[in-house]
Amino acid sequence: MTHLRPTLVVVGHGMVGHRFVQAAIERGLTETHDIVVLGEEPRPAYDRVALTSFFAAESADELSLLPEGEYADPRVRLVLDAAVTAIDRVGRTVTYVSPAPRSTDEPLTNPGAVHTISYDGLVLATGAAPFVPPVPGKELDNVFVYRTIEDLEAIREASRTATAGAVIGGGLLGLEAANALHQLGVRTHVVEMAPRLMAVQVDAAGGATLKRHIEQLGLDVHTGVMTELIDGDDDGVVSGLKFKDVEEPLPVEIVVFSAGIRPRDALARECDLDVAERGGVLVDEQCRTSDPRIFAIGECAAPGGTMYGLVAPGYAMAEVVVDALLKGPGAFTGADMSTKLKLLGVDVASFGDAFATTEGALELVYSDAVAGVYKKLVISDDGTRLLGGILVGDASAYGVLRPLVASGLALPANPEELILPASRGGVKLGMPDEAQVCSCNDVTKGQILHAVTEDGCESVADVKKCTRAGSTCGSCVSVVKNIIEEHFESVGKVVDKGLCEHFRLSRQELFDVVAVHGYKRFDDIVEAHGTGRGCDICKPAIASILASQFNGHVLEKETARLQDTNDAYLANIQRNGTYSVVPRIPGGEITPDKLIVIGEVARDFNLYTKITGGQRIDLFGARMEELPAIWRRLVDAGFESGHAYGKSLRTVKSCVGSTWCRFGVQDSVGLAIALELRYRGLRSPHKLKGGVSGCARECAEARGKDFGVIATEKGWNLYVGGNGGAVPAHAQLLAGDIDTETLISYLDRFLMYYIRTADRLQRTAGWMESLDGGLDRVREVVVDDSLGLGAELEAEMARHVGGYFDEWKATLEDPEKLGRFVSFVNAPDTPDPTISFTEERGQIRPADPDEPVLLASTISVGAPVETTVGAVR
Amino acid sequence: MTRGDRTWEKVCSVDDLEIERGVTALVHGQAVAIFRTHDGEVYALGNHDPFAKASVLARGIVGTRAGVPFVASPMHKHAFDLRTGVCLDDEQASVPCYDVLVEGGFVHVGGRRRAVA
Ligand code: SRM
Ligand SMILES: Cc1cc2nc3c(=O)[nH]c(=O)nc-3n(C[C@H](O)[C@H](O)[C@H](O)COP(=O)(O)OP(=O)(O)OC[C@H]3O[C@@H](n4cnc5c(N)ncnc54)[C@H](O)[C@@H]3O)c2cc1C
Ligand code: SF4
Ligand code: FES
Repeated sequence: MTHLRPTLVVVGHGMVGHRFVQAAIERGLTETHDIVVLGEEPRPAYDRVALTSFFAAESADELSLLPEGEYADPRVRLVLDAAVTAIDRVGRTVTYVSPAPRSTDEPLTNPGAVHTISYDGLVLATGAAPFVPPVPGKELDNVFVYRTIEDLEAIREASRTATAGAVIGGGLLGLEAANALHQLGVRTHVVEMAPRLMAVQVDAAGGATLKRHIEQLGLDVHTGVMTELIDGDDDGVVSGLKFKDVEEPLPVEIVVFSAGIRPRDALARECDLDVAERGGVLVDEQCRTSDPRIFAIGECAAPGGTMYGLVAPGYAMAEVVVDALLKGPGAFTGADMSTKLKLLGVDVASFGDAFATTEGALELVYSDAVAGVYKKLVISDDGTRLLGGILVGDASAYGVLRPLVASGLALPANPEELILPASRGGVKLGMPDEAQVCSCNDVTKGQILHAVTEDGCESVADVKKCTRAGSTCGSCVSVVKNIIEEHFESVGKVVDKGLCEHFRLSRQELFDVVAVHGYKRFDDIVEAHGTGRGCDICKPAIASILASQFNGHVLEKETARLQDTNDAYLANIQRNGTYSVVPRIPGGEITPDKLIVIGEVARDFNLYTKITGGQRIDLFGARMEELPAIWRRLVDAGFESGHAYGKSLRTVKSCVGSTWCRFGVQDSVGLAIALELRYRGLRSPHKLKGGVSGCARECAEARGKDFGVIATEKGWNLYVGGNGGAVPAHAQLLAGDIDTETLISYLDRFLMYYIRTADRLQRTAGWMESLDGGLDRVREVVVDDSLGLGAELEAEMARHVGGYFDEWKATLEDPEKLGRFVSFVNAPDTPDPTISFTEERGQIRPADPDEPVLLASTISVGAPVETTVGAVR
Repeated sequence: MTRGDRTWEKVCSVDDLEIERGVTALVHGQAVAIFRTHDGEVYALGNHDPFAKASVLARGIVGTRAGVPFVASPMHKHAFDLRTGVCLDDEQASVPCYDVLVEGGFVHVGGRRRAVA
């Protein structure tokens, strides 16, 4: 076959191989090249960094970096379960077998078919393999490594019958593996030859602190011991570990090796490419091997002789190669090996010259054995610059410290303040404006200040949007926040999150306070947490919080006086003091009979009638005292409140969907009705609107709603955070192709999370923007359940759904509530004489104040004029 | 009922007034908003919101601003001092303020007060 377009072959579909293909597609390399990816694992690339979360995941798909299983770009062909066995550099072909042998040690026993494919360019992204030291017994059953999903599946299987296990290797990956064993309920030993844990990243004191933390979690740590052999039982299964100079063997039924990794450079060696002294395919700054047609990236590569066991440098190499193939100037010149991680729940960070190898470097140490905190700063000999550091137990200062190292800034006068417990990154750094604060996006302090002073940014969210600072790894967010706050302080502006003069708490804090104490009365809340008697800001906010949490009737004695204008009379006030009435019409679907009832009510009470923008009907011009009679008729006909007056769910707009439409792929009306009925009456920080469209044509404008659902062939796409209004926002995809049940559980969580944490009168879009991490944060909480709140949020929603009742029906049944719907307390039969109407296009409308008023504006008391409603008009 | 040179009109029972919630009454032919605050005081203001030009003040939220009892109009939330009728957001504007007497469990509204200096 002759190639009109050159073919690039990528060997290895791991994290870096995948990133290479993504970048190639995004940057247009596939316009000129075909790409074939050969990956040995049975599944597409997945997030190996998050490997341990596999046990918590519902399925391996959750870790997948390519859940669709193929690239959308047809010029990329992905072949999985295909192991490359040889490279012919002269003929420019690679040979691969598929299915791939399951053990890399025994390729010859593989029964797979052999294929050959030609290449014009070749990219090696074969990663690394765990190093298994030549310990006798390493071939026994239940001896594992920790690298792939298959490894984890095997470990999980073995853990079902095992009681104890050992991880050989106490480095970063060893502790990850120990965490996994521990999670599987196996008594876990960590065995480390070096005198301390994480010897590469932390020093002796840091390692000791880490060790104490891990022992407190119930793991056993053995440092400074050498494994001599692995004992097996008669069936060839592990039974124990024997250490050098120790009599008694340690009884374990599982052994996991995590004693380092070795670059998988065998293919390169066999075709005589240069390799680095300590392993890894030797490449130049463009990641080119000694054969100019062949590149190597990721953990199998050794740029300038060094291999990097982290994913970020691998990603950088992938970008460099795409650049090189596009004839760009990119070069890989080394990487920042700083690490910050949470191991078994313990913060560990190591950055810069952590071991003080710089000539004359000084060390500054803070250590609190009781709290399990160890922090060390490495400082230049003249005490002016930070060179590196180690943080164990509390790594909150990492965000401040790393940029200090990276930009070589002068240290503050008392550098110890940087690591003293109270500071938490809060020290005044006196950073110069040129200091780089966000290394991911190269943003300086000066640019952040400019955004605040010139572009009107007031919050981290604003600055993120303006400058991108903090939008990638997030480690600089605390510094960004400090800079903003410092600035506002310096100009005398108090950054006050308090609700109003009566409460110094924010809405979110108040929400929590109410939940924790179970308050049901405003008086108790204001007495305990506020001052004065409240106002038109805090009262409705608290009314809403109480309604969200307890779902009582908003017009109950204790809450009635807190309600905002419209809630107070369960109707929308109009400019002349009359009200509008909006019965719920879920999804916009209505029977002719009900439509006729609305028409009759409107006619009998002489109400102005209009179809709203929300697919329902609004009846205007009702006097306050008429509302009960109007609703009596509506409720009797089966209508209920549409909550057009509440900060609550308004409508879930629908299109006709698959029931009628020739393009529809799901029943959008059915779902819209179900959602509207599920969330009706739900009080929230601002109004909530939904939409459901039956296909991607989006006739229901779902993406213009706080939550929008668009039908797909496979289920539903769920979008969140949209609105119309003054600042329109398009809702963003939260989850794709989900079934109805999942959709509802995500929506329950999303809405409750919003209700709990948003500010008053903040719609979902603004709320999401204000969250650290934005949509990603929402996805973590709602979809990944990272806070473990999912079940609680769903239960809260279930309580709301179960406790729903129609508040208009309930009002009609309660004389005390009805008693409030009177024009005058001393003349309940007298309509307000100041209200008058004129006609326009055959319907009433408020008379303008300067138009003649129909009735005298004074009426004598005692003998109210007998008027009928009609006569007043 | 008369007291001095002012005419008082008996309007309703104090129990008709919910705490921090207003009612409207017709007094001398005018719509008057009557409020009872948390400390038991009863106040009466003209019901007409001069900004919105609508008779609605009794339906507003009652609270305090820096200790001053006030009602926020339900229309556009302008705040009026319950003791004087002066708008807290715009001193040029005010609504009528009436004398109130609570006697025998009943609320009596008297004449319009002169604006306080
Ligand atoms: C009646 C209606 C206009 C119409 O004749 O079609 C309407 C009328 C009002 N809208 Fe609206 N909006 C109406 C649809 C909309 C829509 C369209 C939609 O829902 O598809 C939007 C844009 C979509 C959105 O909300 O994202 C809309 C965006 C607003 C906004 C701006 C919200 C924002 O986030 O920027 C406000 C002001 C606010 O809520 O603070 C508002 C506020 C209001 C208020 C409540 C103003 C007020 O406080 O008096 C109006 C009184 C309604 C009443 O008396 O019944 N209305 N309003 C519509 C009633 C829909 C319903 O059936 O419930
Ligand atoms: C448990 C664990 C935790 C980690 N935590 C972190 C962390 O917190 N931070 C961090 O930066 N890094 C971490 N890492 C390291 C990170 O996962 C690696 O740096 C990254 O996966 C390297 O990507 P890669 O594509 O080079 O290699 P890989 O992701 O291993 O991909 C290589 C792929 O090539 C395939 N392959 C190999 N040979 C062939 C062949 N001959 N033919 C076909 N296919 C072949 C392999 O099967 C594999 O699928 C962790 C690793 C593990 C195992
Ligand atoms: S969104 Fe699709 S299914 Fe719904 S009406 Fe429009 S075209 Fe039809
Ligand atoms: S350093 Fe700012 S986002 Fe990573």
